[in-house]
Amino acid sequence: MLSFVLRRLLQAVLVLLTISFASFMIQGKLGDPVRQMVGTSVSVEQREALRDELGLNDPTLVQYGRFLGQALQGDLGTSYYYKESTLTVIANRLPATLELSFCALVLVIVMATPLGVFAAINPKNWLSRSILLFSTLGLSIPIFIVAVFLMYFFAIEWRLLPSFGRGDTTQVLGLWQSGLFNKDGLMHLLLPSVSLAFVMTPIFIRLIRAEMIDVLQSDYIRFAWSKGISAPRIYFIHALKNTMLPVITVGGIQTGTLIAYTILTESIFQWPGMGFLFMDAVTRVDAPLISAYLIVVGLIFVVTNTLVDVVYGLVNPRVRIPGYSA
Amino acid sequence: MSLLSVNHLNVVFRQRHQDLQALFDVSFSVSRGERLAIVGESGAGKSILGYSLVNLLSKPGVIDSGSVKFDGRELTTLTARQWQEIRGKKIAMIFQDPMITLNPVLSVGDQMVEAIRSHTRINYNDAKKLAIEKLAHVRISSPAQRFEQYPHELSGGMRQRVIIAIVLLLRPEIIIADEPTTALDVTIQAGILQLLKQVCEDNGVALILITHDFGVVSRIAERTIVMYAGRIVEQGPTLEIINDPQHPYTQGLLNALPQMALPGQRLNQIQGNMPALNNHPSGCAFHPRCPYATDKCRENTPGFVFSGVSTVACFAIEDMLAEFDPEGGWQGEVEDE
Repeated sequence: MLSFVLRRLLQAVLVLLTISFASFMIQGKLGDPVRQMVGTSVSVEQREALRDELGLNDPTLVQYGRFLGQALQGDLGTSYYYKESTLTVIANRLPATLELSFCALVLVIVMATPLGVFAAINPKNWLSRSILLFSTLGLSIPIFIVAVFLMYFFAIEWRLLPSFGRGDTTQVLGLWQSGLFNKDGLMHLLLPSVSLAFVMTPIFIRLIRAEMIDVLQSDYIRFAWSKGISAPRIYFIHALKNTMLPVITVGGIQTGTLIAYTILTESIFQWPGMGFLFMDAVTRVDAPLISAYLIVVGLIFVVTNTLVDVVYGLVNPRVRIPGYSA
Repeated sequence: MSLLSVNHLNVVFRQRHQDLQALFDVSFSVSRGERLAIVGESGAGKSILGYSLVNLLSKPGVIDSGSVKFDGRELTTLTARQWQEIRGKKIAMIFQDPMITLNPVLSVGDQMVEAIRSHTRINYNDAKKLAIEKLAHVRISSPAQRFEQYPHELSGGMRQRVIIAIVLLLRPEIIIADEPTTALDVTIQAGILQLLKQVCEDNGVALILITHDFGVVSRIAERTIVMYAGRIVEQGPTLEIINDPQHPYTQGLLNALPQMALPGQRLNQIQGNMPALNNHPSGCAFHPRCPYATDKCRENTPGFVFSGVSTVACFAIEDMLAEFDPEGGWQGEVEDE
């Protein structure tokens, strides 16, 4: 068990090192920090002196080492625009993005599982065919169209839901600005999370359906039928558990896609999260903020996939590492 | 009265353009506690017959006509709900490959307890006690520990024992075993067969053993049915069929056993292959491979005759029998000595 955890940690560290190096390189290519600091009215000699002082003339690897050292102490640089530690800026926006992604994920699971299972159990049913058709359409409609349509009908035509922003938030445990605990916040959350879920659901419907159809043809399912077990138990205990194994893995990888889609969703709905912040940072060429965002997102991705591996181990007894030798 | 009686069973696979018939007019019966073997090459329809008895044919296979009666009750018209009560409880099934018959993500215990609890009102602990007893009954070492384990932690032979234990839990009246030892190591096969035979004897359970191996048949079954291309071609007492096979196909099968060949000699085989479902020969389906085939065999399907040893569907046997005078006495040509 210990060696399993250590191996996972080593992998995570390697991935994060790669991401940090990439974002460090990006930072170096985005504009000149000296110019950002002193403007144009300073002589070339003075600038050179400043560059030396800031260590910008050191070899790239030395600079990267310094960057890494600071990063390990929780310092990912100072945002040009906010004049604040980039981590603080991101941490302020993190709850909004996490809540949006979490709600979208819950919606995806709640929609994709029953629809995928139904389509697998009744492959010839007209409803299954419509589910499949819907999921093909869903796969090919980009999120900004879905989001704009939803916004048009629910916010503008029918005036049922707010079209932008996060609404009221409440302080949770003194460290989290949450929109989940009051009506206004939830109303604001609805359209963005539905849009985000809408683009993620089709792929999971198709995945669950395809896996489940395979599983239902296996011998152990036929044996379960031959024992006289009830249909719901066969579908939801025997088959679904096996179906979910590959789905969990793909789910972990799809967090990457989910984060990418939050950038779009947040921009459309003016959602004050990390994605929105990132778009702003890009337009302002706020290099430290861009690279800090990349590192934080990389961290989220790595942590999620490590958790997914742990969950996979819980569901699949074959990968469980025995604590005792048999 | 027989426990299970199958009459004129026809199974077809419904296809868009044509129906492919897999079983033709199959009739046989099994008495309480009897052990019956169904023998034939791959593609003879043995497994399809097995599955059709518990209504687990894979789609698009359906019972087209005929009847299956269990204890006098017609099974072909049952609803899904009624089937649930028959399966496992009355008719149980053991599959070919124990490595894939148990659900990999559920523990042995879960798979045993759920079987009991879906047929009987019983609390978990009592069900667990029963399950561990059954594991011991099929001679699995440290059954309490096995109960907690997952299938991948057990060997193939052990898994087949677990499966037999699961099947016994519900005290079925018939067990259908579809090639239960084919996927196992030769050294383990004998043990599993012995166990299967013994548990059936101990509990008075009837056994339908589906196999391609006459060696297995002789050790277990009292009666044997030989199938070819979806039809029964011969049935009778096992010993007599083995000692004096009547149908040319049965003769071929027995002749193909390794012990029939001399050391160093090529093994005997029946020339040709089992016909595919969409390429069913006319007349007697065996005629393209039969050394005794005549024009009659190519055009007509033989009915059953009793040869004195077994019931056979073969014109050659029929003709031979016809040469007997019903009054007795040999009417055929007598060879000069």
